[in-house]
Amino acid sequence: MIDAAKIAALGILTLLFAMAANWGTDLVYQVHALLLALLSAGLFIWSIRRAGGRDRYAIDGPRPETGYNDDVVRAGVIATTLWGVVGFLAGTYIAFQLAFPLLNWDLPWTSFGRLRPLHTSAVIFAFGGNALIATSFYIVQRTCAAPLWGGRNLAWFVFWGYQLFIVLAATGYVLGSTQSKEYAEPEWYVDLWLTIVWVAYLAIYLGTIVKRREPHIYVANWFFLAFIVTIAMLHVVNNIAIPVSIWSSQSVILFPGVQGAMVQWWYGHNAVGFFLTAGFLGMMYYFIPKQADRPVYSYKLSIIHFWALIFLYIWAGPHHLHYTALPDWAQVLGMVMSIILWMPSWGGMINGLMTLQGAWDKLRTDPVLRMLVVSVGFYGMATFEGPMMSIRSVNSLSHYTDWTIGHVHSGALGWNGMITFGALYYLVPRLWNRERLYSISLVSWHFWLATIGIVLYAASMWVTGIMEGLMWREVDAQGFLVNSFADTVAAKFPMYVVRALGGALFLTGALIMAYNLWKTAVGAGETASARPVPAE
Amino acid sequence: MADNDKNHGAEQDPDVSAASDASEEAAHETPQRGWVLRNHALIERNAFLLLVFSLIVVSIGGIVQIVPLFYLDNTIEEVDGMRPYSPLELAGRNIYVREGCYVCHSQMIRVMRDEVQRYGHYSLAAESMYDHPFQWGSKRTGPDLARIGGRYSDDWHRAHFENPRDLVPESIMPAYPWLARTPIGSENIEAVMRANRASGVPYTDEMLAEARADFRTQADPDTGDVDALLTRYPKAQARNFDGTPGESELDAVIAYLQMLGTLVDFSTFEPDASR
Amino acid sequence: METYSTLRAFADSWALALIFLFFVGVVLWVFRPGSSKTYKDTANMIFRNEDKPKDKDDGR
Repeated sequence: MIDAAKIAALGILTLLFAMAANWGTDLVYQVHALLLALLSAGLFIWSIRRAGGRDRYAIDGPRPETGYNDDVVRAGVIATTLWGVVGFLAGTYIAFQLAFPLLNWDLPWTSFGRLRPLHTSAVIFAFGGNALIATSFYIVQRTCAAPLWGGRNLAWFVFWGYQLFIVLAATGYVLGSTQSKEYAEPEWYVDLWLTIVWVAYLAIYLGTIVKRREPHIYVANWFFLAFIVTIAMLHVVNNIAIPVSIWSSQSVILFPGVQGAMVQWWYGHNAVGFFLTAGFLGMMYYFIPKQADRPVYSYKLSIIHFWALIFLYIWAGPHHLHYTALPDWAQVLGMVMSIILWMPSWGGMINGLMTLQGAWDKLRTDPVLRMLVVSVGFYGMATFEGPMMSIRSVNSLSHYTDWTIGHVHSGALGWNGMITFGALYYLVPRLWNRERLYSISLVSWHFWLATIGIVLYAASMWVTGIMEGLMWREVDAQGFLVNSFADTVAAKFPMYVVRALGGALFLTGALIMAYNLWKTAVGAGETASARPVPAE
Repeated sequence: MADNDKNHGAEQDPDVSAASDASEEAAHETPQRGWVLRNHALIERNAFLLLVFSLIVVSIGGIVQIVPLFYLDNTIEEVDGMRPYSPLELAGRNIYVREGCYVCHSQMIRVMRDEVQRYGHYSLAAESMYDHPFQWGSKRTGPDLARIGGRYSDDWHRAHFENPRDLVPESIMPAYPWLARTPIGSENIEAVMRANRASGVPYTDEMLAEARADFRTQADPDTGDVDALLTRYPKAQARNFDGTPGESELDAVIAYLQMLGTLVDFSTFEPDASR
Repeated sequence: METYSTLRAFADSWALALIFLFFVGVVLWVFRPGSSKTYKDTANMIFRNEDKPKDKDDGR
């Protein structure tokens, strides 16, 4: 009966999408409707073939039967690795475009303006988002001592629904569909879909915590929960828009000018604060203690860290709008809160680093732990640099320049990237039931390539950023501007090449990681006494 | 104090555990403590409370910073000259958005001497009051465009879109040769204007009714009533922007660029001291 | 405007004080006597239940 209903629903859905493809008024809408029609047609056929029994969830291979839902975590680990490589590749490519504009190829689909959102979304939402979903599902089950709430299908819905969001967003960018709101570029129907997926994610997370079999909620879950619920709020408010028609991919954002700018950067900065910080702090509070094999330095500090961080972050948005048409009172408020934010950020960093107290020697022998610890170091650097750049007089120089780009990347590559790599190295042997990673020395290679890549990136962006900021404001004795804008562009060329090379090193490291993880998962290099290798 | 099992090893109903305190030592300390102290234990153990408190805490910042902007009269100063975009300009703006121009170009001149010298009068809040969404940008890989209108000729823009390096050898901007080759229709422009009106842009019924005619007239003044266009959209510039017959995407984009920053007359503008 | 002024006055006086007190309360709560034992147990929670969920049959 349920099978029949499902098959009927999929059939109707296929038909509806096919009709939408026909009625769509623009190319992106038609392509997306066609894509969804094909997808539901595929699911339709698949459901018919599987109707009436058979074991739906046969797991082959020597994966551990843990009683936890780890299938979706395994899929998340694979997706994180794949999207990471895609996102870093896109970033490296557009970095080369800025040095050599020939690489735009004079084509709409490969021009910088369309590929840049592809890069930012791929690394933040595809790489970072999958890392968050996978690790949060892993952590919440183990810290609650209970399997995921909602059963296997709901977890799979969140995973595949999220991948669909990524594919729709990415294809949209390349074809020119965007709301022009940074880090919230996808159009209205993609936003609606993400909202549905996100509510399911929240339900799973909350449900698992409610059904937990441990008395306390471990602090990592606090951070994940705050991340999920805050992102839901930000996403919904920031994307309020009026579609041009239901057959059009285009929409008009509700909030205009000043108010729109404030809403956008309230969202934009908290995408950093909650997606890339709170969620990843949840990872830090689990993986560092586990890898170091000792509990977190101060659990008390972690609670204070939590409340202070989530309260302060939400105010920081206006520091993106210093000296603009945003009223001064809002700018000053944003600046003050951003500076205070330094304290909880460093409280968290100290808590992460001091967890190694008495185990610092492990850094010498364990490159995975080294990666996790360096990520916290980069977090500390970025959260010092950020409050500094939010000071109005500093911001007057740094804003609009490459310094901002460098700052973002020391956080994104150093903190988010490194801690995710550490988490992946931690998870893969456990999830695929291997004794250890395929190669520890490859982890070291990855570590050094990534670190040197980040240093090249950040250093070159400091140089170009401060240089162009100073060149823009340079005046001669008569008070006239010294440099034309084109002069500043020309002066940045060597540093743009250095930046792109830094990105290439980081990408190489990620490729080495992907190889290492793959070899680990398939069991290459396991000793003969280890569990049998599955037939490939 | 609900009286329930305080054995940590046992699986506990979350609601029941929420009503009791965290652990034994906490339980006998409780009576002497204040509300927050007693109740943080609840937050620590009740997922829903944790969720609700987190949501309250993260809501405050947004409410204090965003809501007043809709209330306060002096958020947006009174300025003469601002009007909604004409249909062709709006179509050009949509292409500007589509190609991700905001990724490298700001439209926000800050109140700093060098910026005013380089780009013109600092941007007013009122100048983006009809922008859904705003195009202030966050990065100047290329120069600010808030007052690009009238700075360069149509010819310059045509050549520049064809290949920026022909005019500015140092430029790293992508070329946009397809804009000149892609015809643009006005089929959807009325729907786009309607959606803008729904979000607060004061397009009149007349403007909507004449949208397609105005679209055409602005790019090809010989075909329509330019005076009517100028009554509806003062200071609109009507001419063949791309220099070739018919309407191309390049027509729309140049029409948009050439009007940026031209609506407010700064020779008569007096800043409001209260901002 | 009137409503706004009232709310704003409330926001930067009482609401601010309440939030501050909430933080003070959190800090005091965290350092309450006997908390270390609880938190030690919680902090070590991650080293349990690694391989399988806790059995369902206890306590319910």
